[in-house]
Amino acid sequence: MSDAGADATPQSLVRMANQIASHAEHKPHDVAVETVAAHLVDFWAPSMRSTLITYVDAGGAGLTPLARDAVDRLR
Amino acid sequence: MSRTTTVDLGTPAVPGIASVQVVVDGLPVVVPPGTSIMRAAALAGVDVPRLCATDSLDAFGSCRLCLVEVDGRAGTPASCTTPCAPGMTVSTQTPRLEKLRRGVMELYISDHPLDCLTCPANGDCELQDMAGVVGLRDVRYGYEGENHLDEPTDDSNPYFSFDGSKCITCSRCVRACDEVQGTFALTIAGRGFDSKVTAGAGETFMSSECVSCGACVQACPTSTLQEKTVIELGVPTRTVKTTCAYCGVGCSFNAELRGDQVVRMVPDKNGGANEGHSCVKGRFAWGYATHRDRQLEPMVRESITDPWRTVSWAAAIDHAAQRFLAIQAEHGVGAIGGITSSRCTNEEVYAVQKLIRAAFGNNNVDTCARVCHSPTGYGLKQTFGTSAGTQDFASVAAADVMVVIGANPTDGHPVFASRMKRRLREGAELIVIDPRRIDLVRSPHIQASAHLQLLPGTNVAIVNALGHVVVTEGLVDRDFVAQRCEDDSFADWEKFIARPENSPEAVAGITGVPAEDIRAAARTYATARNAAIYYGLGVTEHSQGSTMVMGMANLAMATGNIGRDGVGINPLRGQNNVQGSCDMGSFPHELPGYRHVSDDTVRAVFEDIWGKSLDATPGLRIPNMFDAAIAGRYLGMFIQGEDIAQSDPNVAHVKAALGSLELLVVQDLFLNETAKFAHVFLPGTSFLEKDGTFTNAERRINRVRPVMAPKTGKQEWQVACELATAMGYPMDYANGAEIMDEIAATTPTFAGVSFDRLDELGSIQWPCNDAAPGGTRIMHADGFVRGKGHFVDTPFVPTDERTSRKFPLILTTGRILSQYNVGAQTRRTENVRWHGEDVIEIHEHDAETRGIADGTAVTITSRVGETVLRAKISDRMPQGVVYTTFHYPGSGANVVTTDYSDWATNCPEYKVTAVELAPTSRLPVTDAEMHAEHQPVSGRT
Repeated sequence: MSDAGADATPQSLVRMANQIASHAEHKPHDVAVETVAAHLVDFWAPSMRSTLITYVDAGGAGLTPLARDAVDRLR
Repeated sequence: MSRTTTVDLGTPAVPGIASVQVVVDGLPVVVPPGTSIMRAAALAGVDVPRLCATDSLDAFGSCRLCLVEVDGRAGTPASCTTPCAPGMTVSTQTPRLEKLRRGVMELYISDHPLDCLTCPANGDCELQDMAGVVGLRDVRYGYEGENHLDEPTDDSNPYFSFDGSKCITCSRCVRACDEVQGTFALTIAGRGFDSKVTAGAGETFMSSECVSCGACVQACPTSTLQEKTVIELGVPTRTVKTTCAYCGVGCSFNAELRGDQVVRMVPDKNGGANEGHSCVKGRFAWGYATHRDRQLEPMVRESITDPWRTVSWAAAIDHAAQRFLAIQAEHGVGAIGGITSSRCTNEEVYAVQKLIRAAFGNNNVDTCARVCHSPTGYGLKQTFGTSAGTQDFASVAAADVMVVIGANPTDGHPVFASRMKRRLREGAELIVIDPRRIDLVRSPHIQASAHLQLLPGTNVAIVNALGHVVVTEGLVDRDFVAQRCEDDSFADWEKFIARPENSPEAVAGITGVPAEDIRAAARTYATARNAAIYYGLGVTEHSQGSTMVMGMANLAMATGNIGRDGVGINPLRGQNNVQGSCDMGSFPHELPGYRHVSDDTVRAVFEDIWGKSLDATPGLRIPNMFDAAIAGRYLGMFIQGEDIAQSDPNVAHVKAALGSLELLVVQDLFLNETAKFAHVFLPGTSFLEKDGTFTNAERRINRVRPVMAPKTGKQEWQVACELATAMGYPMDYANGAEIMDEIAATTPTFAGVSFDRLDELGSIQWPCNDAAPGGTRIMHADGFVRGKGHFVDTPFVPTDERTSRKFPLILTTGRILSQYNVGAQTRRTENVRWHGEDVIEIHEHDAETRGIADGTAVTITSRVGETVLRAKISDRMPQGVVYTTFHYPGSGANVVTTDYSDWATNCPEYKVTAVELAPTSRLPVTDAEMHAEHQPVSGRT
């Protein structure tokens, strides 16, 4: 497993997730959520995803609505 | 192996079908129309004596040595300038010709030093050879007449000398500078007897506009222009064919040696990438390989504040292995990882990614391509189906329009730039999209038809506006789109791109480029018979780098500029093996051949051969590794041949991450900036010692052959194998060829590649497999790799890095011709004579309003850091934008760059940093001061 505890800081992940989401904002919401979630699965280490899920569970401050919905899709 | 000489047919090949039959000295030969008699004779096996002719240059007809007789024609025409005609019967050796040639040679030799025995070119001189060929036995005119024997020698260039006394004024050097290099730095000054070769306007070579490519030296038939290494060491005695280790052009060279000492590097005329040309780095700047700074023994230390201890290979590898295993035991399998290098061979990179995936047991492998062309990988895979430039370099000869975006080929990829310039001199149009006025915009016999001088960070707005014009002005190639691209994605993109916010008028305010200029450029590109896009890091190193790559791909598909000569999307790769390191599975989400780690079928191929279960989830990228290190959860790292403490952005963050590691293993030629944080140093091999392959920007796999034994005693892939073995995963290969065989067995695009096949063909452009056994010059010729071309909507999203009252200028970074990347190699050569320190270029108005004078020191302050450089006032820069290079560690260019990055790949946004400049009394940090920060090396323990 690549993700045995290795992760990035939540703020860094929030910024990255929001940036990915900003490039899907022009799509219909459902499609955009799927696109962002798929990107996170394809390119992010599992630890980064799980850190962000935990962060959302703790309130997810700073995440855009699309980014938050995409993170929720990862559960 | 003895020294090999390349066959020279006297004049260039003429394209076309061989249909003209002539007879030369009784030998029939059939050649394409327009072929010279000299070349036809050479093809028939008859060498006509010559001095001013060589097949890399157009015929000139000045030396009068190549005279021939043609049946039925009067006189003795020059065979180099006389084309063959059907049925022509030619005699190259008759009493009349012999007499004429001896007479010509007499004149040459009457004004030439008779010092052959002590001349550096003795035994390697065409004048000497020709004197023998024509049977010259005496000189009736004597040697006391007026002559040029007292002409001075120009020794100003560090790599070659010009001895005017030996010049025969054949103009080969002048023509090489014009035709091959395209710089036009040399000329023949004076008339008649006073004619002489001159650099610039009567300057020395060093002070002229000469770029030291060495084409003139290679063309010189005497010792007039001579490599100083030949003068010092003598004529080489053996040759090894290999590949340059500098930029992504990947020039082929004949390394010419005496024993195992390199005397000179001569570009290989048969090299597919360079066809006999080179730049100052490849031809001359190889001295770093034997520089005294090289570390040749492994070293370890407990703490980064301790002095280094030299140890045996076994001790160093065991130390590293045990420490890696201990970290994993305490913190988990994913607590370690590594970075592969785009300067290393495919075989070395493959071995390291295998070390990480199989021995480390995770996918925490990334590559320095992360910080340069990872958006190319993402963007071209999304749109075309694979991460690769579409063309070979030769394709540019068929381009009618070139669009150069965010690249500076004359500095970054000079040998390819010479090809571009040749085509531009033939009449192709050029559009440059760049904030800075690069040399290509206006140089001798080159004038761009448009320079869209956009603000940094607005590439996507420009490419969208170009697409908008194509769609709204009816310039779409409907047939191409209908046949080759997806209907749905094109329809979506067509609607998206036609929106008013994408119009040139709407983006003019964002980009700073007048709408009419964008419209004109779009029409030029879309209506050309063949239009090609060439791009560099000015495209990729942005927060929208991947978007821009996809935007360019959209544009090429919409206009049908894909799949044939003269078109395409062509990334100009920065380092020698960027393409190869990516091909070899260096990204944390992809196995070799760009196949996702989650693909069970692909993973099974490797699991079967490697005998190890592999992780199915992506690992950490380099920036993620840094974040995780600072968070205390990533503690061990192997870095192969990269100096991330100098090359990566926001180096304070990078250094904090490196300083957090419990174990950093660095493999490199030198104790670089990153090694200051290392616990284990494993010495690396230079390109002159490696046995493997590099893959250049045109997907061309070239052999890198060792010209000397590894000075460290090991190939780098052996070190990776030994480290893996010491960690409990046995890894072993007999040689580099065996690794390539494994690559071919696991990676479909390399299925037909082997060292034997490379020896046979010279080089191979992948894909090379049953469907394309000889490789593939041009991709997507009959269909895209992914099937139908995929259009992607590319909304412009401004970067978060913004100018403000406090940081009103935008800093962008790049390269200079004489230096390379972080300068580890070129700073250890005479190339420092051209560029001894990095400077910051600034527009005159911006300088004046800040009280900055040319050459004075200034602070460059961004939101993340500050550094000091000398200012250079430059009219290349638009107002509001400043520019620097990052070749010297003390310059700290990346102290000020931020960690903003591409949304899809995390490729850093080097090209946009908001800064302010101010005069300062501080001085830039010197190389010596940086070097002094290294801990000392103690004796062996």
